[in-house]
Amino acid sequence: MDRGLLIVKNLIMYYRTLKGEVRAVDDVSFSLLRGETVAIIGESGCGKSSLAKSIIRLLPRNTSTYKGSILFNNLNLVELDEESFTKEIRWVKITYVPQAALNSLNPVIKIGDQMIEPLILHQKIAKHEALEKAAKTLRIVGISENFIHHYPFELSGGMKQRIIIAMSLLTNPELMILDEPTSSLDVLTQANIMNLLKSIKRDLKLSMIFITHDVSLSSELADKIAVMYAGQIVEFNDANAFYHNPKHPYSQKLMESVPTLRTDKKLDFIPGAPPSLLNLPKGCRFAERCPYKFEKCVKDPPLVYIDENFYVKCWLYVGG
Amino acid sequence: MHTPILEVEGLRKYFEVRRGLFGRRGYIRAVDGVSLTLSKGEAISIVGESGCGKTTLGKTILRLYEPTNGRIVFNGKDITHLSWKELKWYRRETGLVQQDPFGALPSFMTVKKILEEPLIIHGVKDRRERDERVYKALEQVKLTPVEDFIGKYPHMLSGGQQQRLVIARSIILEPKLIVADEPVSMLDASVRIEILKLLQNLQKDYELGIMYITHDLSTTRYFSEKILIMYAGHIVENAETKKILANPMHPYTKALLNVIPDPDPSNRFVIKKVPAGEPPNLLNPPTGCRFHPRCENMIKGVCDIKEPPMIEVDVNHHVKCWLYGHA
Repeated sequence: MDRGLLIVKNLIMYYRTLKGEVRAVDDVSFSLLRGETVAIIGESGCGKSSLAKSIIRLLPRNTSTYKGSILFNNLNLVELDEESFTKEIRWVKITYVPQAALNSLNPVIKIGDQMIEPLILHQKIAKHEALEKAAKTLRIVGISENFIHHYPFELSGGMKQRIIIAMSLLTNPELMILDEPTSSLDVLTQANIMNLLKSIKRDLKLSMIFITHDVSLSSELADKIAVMYAGQIVEFNDANAFYHNPKHPYSQKLMESVPTLRTDKKLDFIPGAPPSLLNLPKGCRFAERCPYKFEKCVKDPPLVYIDENFYVKCWLYVGG
Repeated sequence: MHTPILEVEGLRKYFEVRRGLFGRRGYIRAVDGVSLTLSKGEAISIVGESGCGKTTLGKTILRLYEPTNGRIVFNGKDITHLSWKELKWYRRETGLVQQDPFGALPSFMTVKKILEEPLIIHGVKDRRERDERVYKALEQVKLTPVEDFIGKYPHMLSGGQQQRLVIARSIILEPKLIVADEPVSMLDASVRIEILKLLQNLQKDYELGIMYITHDLSTTRYFSEKILIMYAGHIVENAETKKILANPMHPYTKALLNVIPDPDPSNRFVIKKVPAGEPPNLLNPPTGCRFHPRCENMIKGVCDIKEPPMIEVDVNHHVKCWLYGHA
């Protein structure tokens, strides 16, 4: 029985800049079952967006290293040729909603016409058929189908984001990658969008990769959590376990800095700043800020498996 | 009762807009009858969504905007309609911390110059005294060792450090009141708490009054003693932080509290109740209660016709809602 939809193994993506090589994604592994959502959390600059782009192969032009494996339905995306990738994967089976995508709608092209572009380009569907499909998808995201004749400037931020989500559903994808889908929206609008994503997940049985810096918000969707720090996943855990009992010292500290509304807790912050991806320290990358640092931390910690699927990258959990 | 340092009464700020060259004149009623008081050394939070007028409220109180109507009394002096020249002392007594630290800092000036400028403008002529005060301010915001930072330019600092610098600049003249407008919303989670704790320490150590403007209710719990909830130019609820969080009364406050997640894995199975619609256009706000078109408990013939008064439902707990008073 193989329900694994996506298995990422030892994925590496570096790019070269004038200042040196940026190790944005550095040996990342995780797996996702059909219908599951993984939330990738971490602070800005930790490489979470780069990881998303590496999966959908929207690599920066100055990429210097791109290797490892991404098994999607047992097909290795890293080695797939560009033509089949465009035809079958990108914006077909895997869709990607980049950050602030709602601002990328062209204000002077009708919503319907913008929505059907990928269908016409990738799937060569006739225009009237594509428009019909667009109207149907708009209903799923809670927007009246008449809106295919409207222009984006007539819509509020929340509605634009719904349109973007509808666009990413058009091709019946198996995996949606959402990069901070609610970051520029208001509290109530954000709740509406999260409700929508929850019902999409429930009804359409989609898998999602949900990227956010907001730990509280991540719990609205996540079945699994990947905590990223300085280009690496330092903890990959089941949501039920993670929110109550994070394992990695960084996850624990991050959790302590999350204000809660309903329970009293002592807030704390992590002193110092994450290392630059240009100039990474040897050994554990969090060691310098870690309250539990000890001799072993000068060496790169291994992935310590908590059970079959989940791991933490920390010397504290190495037995003996 | 502490002495109030700031008293605001029925404050209004309307912006004139014209549609087309000869179009009809209209007014965006960004702040429409706001009253509040802030005691010496007190922290209060103004909470609302974007477009509710909270930033305009802060800037009008600092007299960066000319008020349309109402009264602002600072330390017993009415400053509502003072001219810019007469306001120079008021600038010394108040400070502003904005959302985007990088945008708020001049990129061509060093840390030292940035901090020195307000001192020069306000007539601190002695160079040695200026240096001392720059050092002290940097120490207060924990940009230490000071020597490492003093010659740097803003782009050489991280986001958190930039925000510390903005705070240092706002307190260098030893003000009594600071308006902090979303000071942490652009920063990472762990840096957020660091900056909020810094502001809190300044508040306690120097009896600094802070008006914390935010859309994020979850941070207010750790920061301020009082919360004012703002919706469409009005303050709709006003009480101690504990009271509002434990017992929200206004339907809008309830809705806001209900949708804010705490990190809990069971969240993913719950579809939350969210009021329909969107905040009104302040050019033409709804009659009666401004929340009535989205309110579940709307009383027909009352809420849609008459504007509700501020009703005291408990000691120092005020709600602008007809549910708690008779029409």
